[in-house]
Amino acid sequence: MRTAFVTGCARGILMTRLNAIIPALTVVAVIVAFWTLCVIPMNAHLTADQAQRDGMVLTPEAPRDRQELSGLSLALKNPAIIPLTYVQTRPRLPSPHQVVQELYDTVIDKKITSKRSLVYHGWVTLSATLLGFVMGTTLGIMLAVGIVYSRTMDKSVMPWAITSQTIPILALAPMIIVMLGAIGIQGLFPKSIISAYLSFFPVVVGMVKGLRSPDAMQLDLLRTYGTNSNQGFWKLRLPSSIPYLFASLKIGISASLVGAIVGELPTGARAGFGARMLVGDQYGQPMVTWAALFAAAITAAMLVAILSVIERQTLRRMGMGAA
Amino acid sequence: MTDPVITAKNLDLTFETNDGPVHALKDVSLDINKGEFVSFIGPSGCGKTTFLRCIAGLEQPTAGEISVNGMTPDEARRARAYGYVFQAAGLYPWRTIGRNVKLPLEIMGFSKAEQNERTRRVLELVDLAGFEKKFPWQLSGGMQQRASIARALAFDADILLMDEPFGALDEIVRDHLNEQLLKLWARTEKTIGFVTHSIPEAVYLSTKIVVMSPRPGRISDVIDSPLPRERPLDIRDSAEFIEIAHRVRDGLRAGHIDD
Ligand SMILES: Nc1ncnc2c1ncn2[C@@H]1O[C@H](COP(=O)(O)OP(=O)(O)OP(=O)(O)O)[C@@H](O)[C@H]1O
Ligand SMILES: [Mg+2]
Repeated sequence: MRTAFVTGCARGILMTRLNAIIPALTVVAVIVAFWTLCVIPMNAHLTADQAQRDGMVLTPEAPRDRQELSGLSLALKNPAIIPLTYVQTRPRLPSPHQVVQELYDTVIDKKITSKRSLVYHGWVTLSATLLGFVMGTTLGIMLAVGIVYSRTMDKSVMPWAITSQTIPILALAPMIIVMLGAIGIQGLFPKSIISAYLSFFPVVVGMVKGLRSPDAMQLDLLRTYGTNSNQGFWKLRLPSSIPYLFASLKIGISASLVGAIVGELPTGARAGFGARMLVGDQYGQPMVTWAALFAAAITAAMLVAILSVIERQTLRRMGMGAA
Repeated sequence: MTDPVITAKNLDLTFETNDGPVHALKDVSLDINKGEFVSFIGPSGCGKTTFLRCIAGLEQPTAGEISVNGMTPDEARRARAYGYVFQAAGLYPWRTIGRNVKLPLEIMGFSKAEQNERTRRVLELVDLAGFEKKFPWQLSGGMQQRASIARALAFDADILLMDEPFGALDEIVRDHLNEQLLKLWARTEKTIGFVTHSIPEAVYLSTKIVVMSPRPGRISDVIDSPLPRERPLDIRDSAEFIEIAHRVRDGLRAGHIDD
């Protein structure tokens, strides 16, 4: 059973890759090309300054005059600095290959026990993400059931759920971290709270819609059997809601990851993607920031991909996968 | 004559819609005796479905009285007095055909063995043996409708309410299912309420034909069939059969001229 599931997953991923590879690669190529071009003007000034210190002759000569020029025209006037814009140690915009190099160093080369390993930092953020995701999803489903079955909850909870999402998380996150820190709760849990805060909402909205999706005839059918509402939930409403649930989970897991990262920013956490982004910023190591950014994006993509595979397997087993 | 299992007296039902009230049933009175096969026939929108739903306790009449097995329709519904076949199959897409048929059995708490036995039997009855493991989308519309009939038969209620169950089927399958339904009815002595648009089907199946007319929906004729309970398919060529069919057609025409 388990092996069947695992090979099924592998096949699912393969299929996804085959179908999605061409358009996805095209988009990536366009973005990388644009990024590569942007490196030149973005880094032109600091490259020029460095080159002049190293004895290169530039036009215009005076640094103050160069400030008047745009990065692009500076580079065009001094084509010799163009290759150098790609190899700065502290660039304003790192080039793609520098970010890839940094990712390679910190993900594959470093031991995962090292404080510089992105795998280590990734796990710190991921564990908070997953805990928050489970909490948020559980809360979201419970609220949705309450909203669907109780008029009072429908009237009272839904407006608050919506309001909760209008408060900027950047304002709220420090408060949560500081308050929980004041009562001695630190580390994983406060970050998970922020993850849960961001991820419960799509689950509530999706599940309310899903639990209400059965049509009048499907409901009438159960009434003709004299079904109680408990049976109606398990036999009709819950199975009907599964496709909606998965759509919500995919939004929720990305939101959870964002929440965990945001939770790492305000207190200057020492570990996690958020911490790496801050460190890179504060110590003028843009590559570190960018590598953490990319690692977070890749992590989010993988989490969503895993959920997609589980979704496909589940819906297929429920006879709804063919469509 | 035995006591009627279903009685409706001066039933009235008005739907309040955004475009004003719709008078779906007006002054409908009817007795259905135990073991009768009653067909409802009439133009679209004359309230056949609405009347059937009133019997089933799925719709509340605005006036009049209705009783099923001496209870209110609501009580009868909770006592699981009837099986209902809807106008569309309405199978649950995430359940296989077998598990769709088991749905009422699970809800009513039949044992696993009993569930399997009954599912096998009713699927055989509607010629769907071997399709137990298929999902609804893998079946044609007609097969889905037969599965929904099997689902209504599975728990063996004394009353069977069917809303155009064979409307989507081709002639041959329809004939076959009509025959099967008559056999089932003869063997089990169920009371059947049956909505149809087909005059031959109504005459072939019924002991009582209720002709309805629209706006407002009401009963314009009730015909007690003189045909014997035992009915081979070729009874449809007999003079008696044709005569009843004529009377039904006249009743339907009269309803139309009223407009
Ligand atoms: N839930 C409802 N709300 C408002 N109006 C309704 C509702 N159900 C039925 N009606 C109206 O009541 C009338 C009778 O409808 P009903 O479905 O009983 O007709 P019918 O005889 O079954 O027609 P058909 O042969 O097309 O199935 C129609 O005019 C219909 O529009
Ligand atoms: Mg109808």
